[in-house]
Amino acid sequence: MTSITLDRIAHAYGGKPRSESDYQLKPFQHVWEQGFAYALLGPSGCGKTTLLNIISGLVIPSEGRLLFGDKDVTHLPTEQRNIAQVFQFPVIYDTMTVAENLAFPLKNRRLAKPVIDRRVAEIAKMLDLSADLNRRARGLTADAKQKISLGRGLVRSDVSAVLFDEPLTVIDPALKWELRSKLKSVHRALDLLMIYVTHDQTEALTFADKVVVMNDGRAVQIGAPADLFYRPEHTFVGYFIGSPGMNFMPAAVKGDRADVAGFEVRLGAIYRDLSSDQSVQVGVRPEFVSATSGPGLPAQVRRVVDLGRKRLAHVTLGNHPLVVGIPREMEGVGDVVNISIDPANTHVYVADIRVQGTAP
Amino acid sequence: MIDKPVNNRAWFFVLPVLGVVLFSSIIPVMTVVNYSVQDTMGANSFFWNGDQWFRDLLNPTTTIGARFNDALFRTLAFSLACLLIEVPLGIALALCAPRKGWAVGISLVVIALPMLIPWNVVGTIWQIFTREDIGLFGAALVGLGLHYNVTQEPISAWMTIVVIDVWHWTPLVILLSYAGLRAIPDAYYQAARIDGASRWAVFFNIELPKLQKVLVIAVLLRFMQTFMIYTEPFVVTGGGPGSATTFLSIDLDKIALGQVDLGNAAAMSLVYYLITLTVCWIFFTIMTQLERRGDV
Amino acid sequence: MRNGTVPKILFVFYLVVLMLPIYWLIKMSLQTNTDIMSGLTLFPRNLTFEKYVAIFNDPTWVHAFGVSLSYVAINTVISVAVALPAAYAFNRYYFIGDKHLFFWLLTNLMAPAAVFAMPFFQLYYAVGLFDSIWAVVLAHCLFNVPLAVWILEGFVGGVPREIDETAAIDGYSFPGFFIRIFLPLIANGIGVTAFFCFMFSWVEQLLATTLTSTHALPFAAVMTRAYSVSGMDWSLLAAAGVLTMIPGAFVIWFVRNHIAKGFALGRV
Repeated sequence: MTSITLDRIAHAYGGKPRSESDYQLKPFQHVWEQGFAYALLGPSGCGKTTLLNIISGLVIPSEGRLLFGDKDVTHLPTEQRNIAQVFQFPVIYDTMTVAENLAFPLKNRRLAKPVIDRRVAEIAKMLDLSADLNRRARGLTADAKQKISLGRGLVRSDVSAVLFDEPLTVIDPALKWELRSKLKSVHRALDLLMIYVTHDQTEALTFADKVVVMNDGRAVQIGAPADLFYRPEHTFVGYFIGSPGMNFMPAAVKGDRADVAGFEVRLGAIYRDLSSDQSVQVGVRPEFVSATSGPGLPAQVRRVVDLGRKRLAHVTLGNHPLVVGIPREMEGVGDVVNISIDPANTHVYVADIRVQGTAP
Repeated sequence: MIDKPVNNRAWFFVLPVLGVVLFSSIIPVMTVVNYSVQDTMGANSFFWNGDQWFRDLLNPTTTIGARFNDALFRTLAFSLACLLIEVPLGIALALCAPRKGWAVGISLVVIALPMLIPWNVVGTIWQIFTREDIGLFGAALVGLGLHYNVTQEPISAWMTIVVIDVWHWTPLVILLSYAGLRAIPDAYYQAARIDGASRWAVFFNIELPKLQKVLVIAVLLRFMQTFMIYTEPFVVTGGGPGSATTFLSIDLDKIALGQVDLGNAAAMSLVYYLITLTVCWIFFTIMTQLERRGDV
Repeated sequence: MRNGTVPKILFVFYLVVLMLPIYWLIKMSLQTNTDIMSGLTLFPRNLTFEKYVAIFNDPTWVHAFGVSLSYVAINTVISVAVALPAAYAFNRYYFIGDKHLFFWLLTNLMAPAAVFAMPFFQLYYAVGLFDSIWAVVLAHCLFNVPLAVWILEGFVGGVPREIDETAAIDGYSFPGFFIRIFLPLIANGIGVTAFFCFMFSWVEQLLATTLTSTHALPFAAVMTRAYSVSGMDWSLLAAAGVLTMIPGAFVIWFVRNHIAKGFALGRV
């Protein structure tokens, strides 16, 4: 059990980057602590798979060092790294039974048969595969196959990290939840470092202790799911997390007020005078803006969306589009509605980075 | 297992294929069957002969039966020899072939060349090539002290035809295996590395199973082609010396054209066809049974 | 992946050995007939292009070459196009008679063409297609289409079925899924099938010559001119042989990236 350290890791295909845009992965400094479950979340092309491949050994980074504990493994081949990997689609040995699949890594390391059998039985039990041990692996469903894939990684007791590369992509949606819970329970039982790459925020937020949000080759924010939700440090995190994502409006901010399209919005903290800065935006999640029958800012209603457990209204404040929540008590929504914004959950962003104000 | 759904509308996917193939295949079959149950005494007179042809053919004590028997075993032995060389060699070479970069294109082109030459030209090249006076192959073998003579030594003739076939058709196995290997996603190799698998383990547990379908086609194609081989032995050895390389189709040709014995020839070609069919059917059924047993 | 030097050496050795008869062919095409017959030489003593000149200057040859190219190209396109949906159906669905139909297709490859040449001639004459490239196109479909279906079915089988289902859930229409997602995944199979269809149609001589006469004469028929009463024109035949390798070489060069396409970590 070790932690993994990324020491100024960066990667450019071809190795000779001339400018920052040549990097697939911009210089990255991070310590993945043992026992934690991390999610690498981001849109396609953000570099999360490259990062995972560097950790697994499929890719050798063009710059920087990778450390497992204190050991420099940057150039160490995959098979010597004590990692396990689960891929986007189930990778199993078609000709073998489930038990033989699970035993394979141990057989290759020449462990004694009783040791192998015991370990296989243990892992199979943990993954609910005991009933299928003697079946041909090929005949099972995709989610069972992914469990076998995972099992092959877990069966080695020297495994220090398990890497997941969008493992639920081809799983039947009805079974995704089950498999995700299973992954979480395995994590709790074995206390392994797990790194989970995905573009699906639900997966990331439910699975991980800490989420690394990536965009365009760099980590934009690293934090617990709650932090990403309540306090996005970057507008990208605001957009990407939450369904729908955060509302952003250009504003002139001064003190504890923001001028948005001529309307005054109360802020939860005091900021210095940012009224002359063109790149200032105010961000607030739809969860914290709602239509109200009381006083509020007038907004034109464009569209109402009923999602069952909540209703959303797409409105415009001045000429800025916003998505706001409609409280349960409110039955109908006309063409114009008052919206109230929760100052405590309103944030200010300068050039896409959040600015911390002082407490009032 | 996400089992294959039953979907009879899948027939629509298959109709174009059926239409195109059926157009050509029905009539010839009917013709041959027709010929084979008649007797010819000359160009256009046919007598109904029932199944006499077949009974004679399959009886090794009749002259036609003995001849058929010999040719049959000769041809089967030839097919087996070729298969045993070409399939492992083809797979091995596909494993060694380059996968990336400029070498890929050149390798593929060179590998493909033998198959692109019209078969009579192949025969012609080797006709020259095997002569000790003007051909590299003949000269080299004789130079090494071997008793090599294509027209006079049965062993030389046999070996030569096998070498020609291997030269000509191993590329088929290579190309099919190569394409099959390249279609295996890298993730499998990565997983095998993580699992600490040896090179042989990767070959037996990942590559060979994934190549199964491709190899079935390769084996069936090569079996059919070697079993029906005609042009190369005809051009290079004429079926000789004696009857050393008189394979079934050459024999058939001799009977049909040489002896103007269409009835016998047609019966023979029908039996010939049935044997090919049976061997392929057995192989195909075994392979699909093995696969189905693995699924449930 | 065999990454050592030994495999590379073996492979190069194989390529060299493979090229020897081909080199001999090229050499013969650059020699006169008397030179060919006179002795063993590694290089042509009197290099001559006369046979190539003869071929290029002969309108019959050139026309025949074009005819062959056209029916082979058309046949390849039709065979692959028609085989793709069938291969998909055979692999992904059960339907009545599927296994028997699949095997029946293969049996069409077992038909020795010599016995069927006459009936074919009669059939195509009767439908008025005799002496047109379409006759050869259709006749070659007899063996190329089953071949294409069989090869492609194997490659379709290599794509996990879960991908089809995921695409359906993601909202792709079937044609959209098939063309944009599925076909790239079987690129290796399509490349190798296209080449084999081209090759088998290109080298097939019996049907091509039986079903044509003057208008759509394929080069195979013209090549018989090399066999004349005064003996065999070896160098003419060799020159023709060298030229026949070229279109096929182009085809496989063209599809080389499809055949060699790899799948890095199965990015769908």
